[in-house]
Amino acid sequence: MIAAIQPTETWYLVLAAVLFGIGTFGVMVRRNPLVMFMCIELMLNAVNLTFVSLASAINDVNGQVVVFFVMVVAAAEVVVGLGIVVAIMRRRNGITADDLTALKG
Amino acid sequence: MELVVFVLAAAMVLAGALGVITRSNPVHAALSLVLTLFGIAVMFVSHNAHFLAAVQVIVYAGAIVVLFLFVIMLLGVDRAEDVNIEPLTVQRPLAAIVGAGVMGIIIAAIVVADDVLVTRGSGLLATTVEKPDDNIRQLARSIFSDNVFAFELTSVLLLVAVIGTVLMARRVKSNGEGK
Repeated sequence: MIAAIQPTETWYLVLAAVLFGIGTFGVMVRRNPLVMFMCIELMLNAVNLTFVSLASAINDVNGQVVVFFVMVVAAAEVVVGLGIVVAIMRRRNGITADDLTALKG
Repeated sequence: MELVVFVLAAAMVLAGALGVITRSNPVHAALSLVLTLFGIAVMFVSHNAHFLAAVQVIVYAGAIVVLFLFVIMLLGVDRAEDVNIEPLTVQRPLAAIVGAGVMGIIIAAIVVADDVLVTRGSGLLATTVEKPDDNIRQLARSIFSDNVFAFELTSVLLLVAVIGTVLMARRVKSNGEGK
């Protein structure tokens, strides 16, 4: 019976691992800095899903607290990262990550 | 029923993630990211993390993706990037190997450590119709008692991020007039 199968925590953890792998691949392959940030968000969400799954697996609320803090840090990280992208793109237009091989402005 | 929810949410998450890394237009990638974030929010709900699901939708799918779209529109980089060009010849196969390797290592660790998952926590209150605010109460009690120092530090972090971003994005006038 298909209806009798219940998804266990392992399914969620494996899905989070797959999501993390896709995010890793995206960060290394994509050249648009904005899309690279989106791939980092994918990896952060994979970690969040892992924390929430394990929180309900070991029946402890602290996993959810960690996810709360991860979300705060992710918001701050996106703001700083996009600020850097805006500051760089204002000087030269149409950059990809390959054009930024030198740090010297 | 749980199986149906899991399959649908997993399909949303994976379709969105593949969309982020394959769509050539950054706007389409950002919209695919929204799909993934909603799928994750559905999974949070099925794990009784209702507050985090709400925060996920508001903060991630709301604020962060809107910020991405805002920057894309502001900078005018919404034209499609040619994803068929591969500047470094072995970059994609190597990236695929590394990504698959990371995935494989994590999955192997999950499978090996599967029997370690035992219930040992202090209890996770499930949200019910009679007590709809149990999850948020428990979360708040933990944040404002055990983790209050980390909570205060996040306010410092946000303040530093805001000040740093304002300084960085400010248009510096030439000849030191902006100082």
